[in-house]
Amino acid sequence: MRLVSLDSLYRFVTFITQRLFQSIFVLFGLSILIFTIARVLPGDPARTALGARAPQEVVDRLRAEMHLDEPITVQYTFWLTDALRGDFGDSLVTRRAVTTDIAEFLPASLELVLFAGIITAVGGVVLGTISAQHKDTWIDNVIRILSYAGVVTPAFIFAIIFLLIFGLALDWLPSIGRLSEGIPKPPVVTGLITVDALLAGQFGTFWDAFQHLILPGVALSLGSLAQEARITRSTMADNLSKDYIAAERALGIPDRVVMTRFLLKPSLIPTVSIFALDFAANLANAFLVELIFNWPGLSRYGVNAMLRKDLNAITAVILILGVIFILVNIVVDLVVSALDPRIRLRTARSD
Amino acid sequence: MSAQTPILDIKNLSVHFRVYGGVLKVLDGIDFHVFPGEKVGLVGETGCGKTTTMKAILRVLPTPPAVIPNGEILFKGQNVLKMSERKLLDMRGQGISMIFQDPTSALNPVFTIGQQLEAVIRHASPQNHRLSRSAIEQRARLALREVALADPDRLLNSYPIQLSGGMRQRVCIGMALSTDPELLIADEPGTALDVTIQDQVLRLLQRLVDEKQKSVILITHTLGIVRQTTDRVYVMYAGNMVEVAPTKRLFAKPAHPYTQGLMAAVPRLSGGGISEGIPGRIPSYMNPPVGCRFHTRCPYAMPVCERLKPPVFTVDDEAHQVACFLYDAPDKVQAYKQEQVAV
Ligand SMILES: Nc1ncnc2c1ncn2[C@@H]1O[C@H](COP(=O)(O)OP(=O)(O)OP(=O)(O)O)[C@@H](O)[C@H]1O
Ligand code: SF4
Ligand SMILES: [Mg+2]
Repeated sequence: MRLVSLDSLYRFVTFITQRLFQSIFVLFGLSILIFTIARVLPGDPARTALGARAPQEVVDRLRAEMHLDEPITVQYTFWLTDALRGDFGDSLVTRRAVTTDIAEFLPASLELVLFAGIITAVGGVVLGTISAQHKDTWIDNVIRILSYAGVVTPAFIFAIIFLLIFGLALDWLPSIGRLSEGIPKPPVVTGLITVDALLAGQFGTFWDAFQHLILPGVALSLGSLAQEARITRSTMADNLSKDYIAAERALGIPDRVVMTRFLLKPSLIPTVSIFALDFAANLANAFLVELIFNWPGLSRYGVNAMLRKDLNAITAVILILGVIFILVNIVVDLVVSALDPRIRLRTARSD
Repeated sequence: MSAQTPILDIKNLSVHFRVYGGVLKVLDGIDFHVFPGEKVGLVGETGCGKTTTMKAILRVLPTPPAVIPNGEILFKGQNVLKMSERKLLDMRGQGISMIFQDPTSALNPVFTIGQQLEAVIRHASPQNHRLSRSAIEQRARLALREVALADPDRLLNSYPIQLSGGMRQRVCIGMALSTDPELLIADEPGTALDVTIQDQVLRLLQRLVDEKQKSVILITHTLGIVRQTTDRVYVMYAGNMVEVAPTKRLFAKPAHPYTQGLMAAVPRLSGGGISEGIPGRIPSYMNPPVGCRFHTRCPYAMPVCERLKPPVFTVDDEAHQVACFLYDAPDKVQAYKQEQVAV
């Protein structure tokens, strides 16, 4: 037993190291790409930042400061040298270090997207399972129609509907920001208010923050939830007619155990893989939802940066999204290989 | 033997599959029974419905698409098709268990052998359910030793993908026997393996069932195996039982034209071989031939064969029966024809 666990620990560490090492190259490539794209877009960022009425020499000074007159390769070298030291420059809009901005806005987005992710995963798997188990009955059909509606409706439509109905008309749930006025903020540990509140034992704050999460979180999750439900349903319905399921039932394992254990595990593999994509997409989709619910998140910050040609902010935001995407994929690959020994054993053999 | 009541008695069972584009009328009112302690063979070319019959017995056909429009499956006098979930669970495993056709697809790819085998053992009976983890593990090890698998500890922690075909087949046999069933169904054990290993596996299986005095249904393409191991044989064609006879008698004096064709094709190893004695292929289940389903390929087909489904006739005595108009006893077929007209 001991040998087995040491072996898998070794594999785990090797896997993580390899993947992190690969990610360095991915991020490096991504930085070149986004750096170039941001700079070939029309418009003078220094002029945009300073406004139309700023005197030309002030603009020129800023351009020089930002190395905007140098060739792009030189600009990139300057940027990279700083970036490696953890300095991503200042935002032209907020006039603060980009890293400060991100540290402020990222946790809000993460909290929203993580919450949406939990709803997606739980709701998608539950609905998909129910659907598969009642394949071709009215239950399956109702879930199918709801899922199609969920997939084709953009998150911001749900956001507006929820805001109008549950936020304004019924006034059941808060619909502005992350916390009600007068509620004490918990000390920052993770930046996720719900988590920090729990850590600090401030249950009132937790409850308030949680209520604030519901409307934007659900609005954001419905599209991916519907998609996960479809995928879970089709994999599961497929696996339901596999011989190993017939064999397990034939040998006297109760249906309840077969369905929740022996059918669920092999059926979750595609669901988990798609989940990674959905999660990343939700970070981007969050923009309009954040706008509608006045949620101080990174998506809103990022889109503003684009519109204002805030070069440093654009680059940093895209890179941070890249990092999150990579991390989510590593986690997903770990989960998938935990679910599927075929993948695990294949990697072990190719080592 | 025929004085006894059968442990398994299938009467007029039909199974259809509702698929896109229509209904596959696969099983067409079959009769089939097994006496306690009896070893029954079931032969017929690929696609004739052997596995479907066995899955119907255990009620593990995927529904949808499978539907059972008519029939009865009596296990020890109780109708499986009307059994409560509780009774069904008692029957599965301890009453009847099954070795599935393809050991690779019959094992769950994402669970270890131990996880699967232990779940089977744990749910085999209420007493087992109360056993400790280590006791169950002990039973699992025994089950693997039973089928001559060395190093059960390593096997219990292995996934199916890590085993050879022969080992997987043994695991499946061990799993099916671990519940100590009264009736064991073996669906073409070893077909997926090469000849030597297939032979070993069959010998092992034979030894085990002989030792334990079980009732057995053995499905196979290889007539030689049927001849050596079974007491009685059913021959199936396109969802019909076309002939049944004590093994010796069937081989000495096959009655149905299809059976005669099968015998002519002996000895082939598997699959394709069977149909070589008879030109043509099994008909479509969407629009099966009216009358005798075999008439499209039968060298003796008569006009009546295209209109009426042949009833079962007795050859020599009750033990040997055949569904073919060539064995028409005038009085019986007359009555039968009138019945058909009346319907
Ligand atoms: N789940 C299903 N859906 C649709 N058709 C099915 C299904 N299962 C079986 N069939 C059809 O039923 C027919 C009989 O299949 P079955 O597996 O019982 O044959 P078999 O006699 O066991 O053949 P083999 O010797 O190849 O194992 C085939 O035509 C098959 O296509
Ligand atoms: S009933 Fe007719 S077609 Fe069918 S096997 Fe007998 S002779 Fe051939
Ligand atoms: Mg079969």
